[in-house]
Amino acid sequence: MQQMIRHLGKKFWTSFMDVVPILVVIVFFQVLVIQKPFPNLAESLFGLLLVISGLFVFMLGLETALFPIGEKMAGQFAQKGSGAWVIFFGFALGFSTTIAEPALTVIAKKAGELAVQGHAIQADSLERFVFWLRITIAGSVGMAGAMGVFRIIKGWSLVHFIVAGYALIVVVTTAAPREIIGIAYDAGGITTSTITVPLITALGVGLASSIRGRNPVIDGFGIIALASLTPILFVLIFGIVVYGVGA
Amino acid sequence: MTGYLELIVESFSGTIRDVLPIIIVLGFFQAVAIRKPLPHMKRIILGMGLVIVGLAIFLVGLEKCIFPIGKAMANQLSSPAILAEGDPILKAALENGHQPGPGIYLWAIVFAFCIGFSTTMAEPSLIAVALKASEISTGAISPLGLRVAVALGVAVGVGLGAFRIVMGIPLEYFIIGGYIFLMAQTYFAPKFIVPLAYDSGGVTTSTVTVPLVVALGIGLAANVPGRSPLIDGFGLIAFASLFPIISVLGYAMIGAYIAKRKSAKSQGTEE
Repeated sequence: MQQMIRHLGKKFWTSFMDVVPILVVIVFFQVLVIQKPFPNLAESLFGLLLVISGLFVFMLGLETALFPIGEKMAGQFAQKGSGAWVIFFGFALGFSTTIAEPALTVIAKKAGELAVQGHAIQADSLERFVFWLRITIAGSVGMAGAMGVFRIIKGWSLVHFIVAGYALIVVVTTAAPREIIGIAYDAGGITTSTITVPLITALGVGLASSIRGRNPVIDGFGIIALASLTPILFVLIFGIVVYGVGA
Repeated sequence: MTGYLELIVESFSGTIRDVLPIIIVLGFFQAVAIRKPLPHMKRIILGMGLVIVGLAIFLVGLEKCIFPIGKAMANQLSSPAILAEGDPILKAALENGHQPGPGIYLWAIVFAFCIGFSTTMAEPSLIAVALKASEISTGAISPLGLRVAVALGVAVGVGLGAFRIVMGIPLEYFIIGGYIFLMAQTYFAPKFIVPLAYDSGGVTTSTVTVPLVVALGIGLAANVPGRSPLIDGFGLIAFASLFPIISVLGYAMIGAYIAKRKSAKSQGTEE
């Protein structure tokens, strides 16, 4: 019992230390640069306590659920020897978690409004634009999941995918309309959520560990890398389709 | 106090909504493809509960404490009224839409750098990836070292992004230049780090960093004369995912270089 309390105490301390840098930055700027007293200090301190406790509880769940689920499922898939199912699983996980992402809806709406302002689309087709943009982004993350799993099974080097992917992005960027470029590059960043990342990481590493001849460090990572690459590419292409080449 | 309770309940249902598609997909594949239950089901359900509760509390804390402070600070550090306090000439210039150069926005840029670093250090998904990386490399990749490398990359990215907004340089130049540099670096970096480095780029931009960084970018673009929040406000996230890849590759390259020199030295003494 005592050991468990000590263990938990240590974890809580770790979570506290994770938040300390934020604290330092805020105090430094408030006291030395802005030089004004803290507005609602009590509320901020309480909020900070919530951040630390939340992180602490999340980390406990990470090790009892998210990591084991990813690892065990990877093991079970490998045991069944069904490559097609795992690839499909990678797609489903990527697509479903992205389509439900609130940040995606926000960005898609903003992009739609920009397109209406720029007279690229009619105001009444705004909803259709937003819908298809979301499908494009979620579909490209799903594709990244499927491709990432396929790559691990085949043992191909990630570098080829990355070099080809970014080379394509650079080429397509030159033909893409200005209004979509910022959004496209941001879309690459918003597609990976706090719950999906540990799950996908554990799945990739688990797959690479259960397939003979794969090295978990080299082969296990990389799904998230692809998931931040494909949305950029496909949103740029989406922009070219909607706005027209070089508009 | 009741306000908090409401917020927690709201955040809780939001988190469940996020988790729901994952649970459905997991359940479907477990039932249809694997057709075997997961071992230690009770433990896993308990852990999933912890994940949801923890994330919900974490988000409420962010929303109530860190985001408002961060946004207020970003606004104060770039607002014309405060920057030009006691300087009527500068104030008039700013109000007339004149751009006085990056000098007066120095603190805003430094703040962008610092907040990029510190929020990345608290990013839960990065902590998770760092733990996993250290576990499978049997400690060869230090979790703290990786996180510091990523956080420095985000800091440079967000700081440079803020500078770009102030100066009004088009995003494409930085991005294309950055990616070309990255390609060259990928070629020379130790091969084992490449997938992890590219993963770190995607990991950095989730719960903590994105809202703050977006607010910072839009605030800056709204306050700096001659910038439009719609066109210039975007792009900080792209920077925040590009530069950590560079810094993690750099971290591994420096590590490899030091190891090489050490082994060369020890060989030299043996001779």
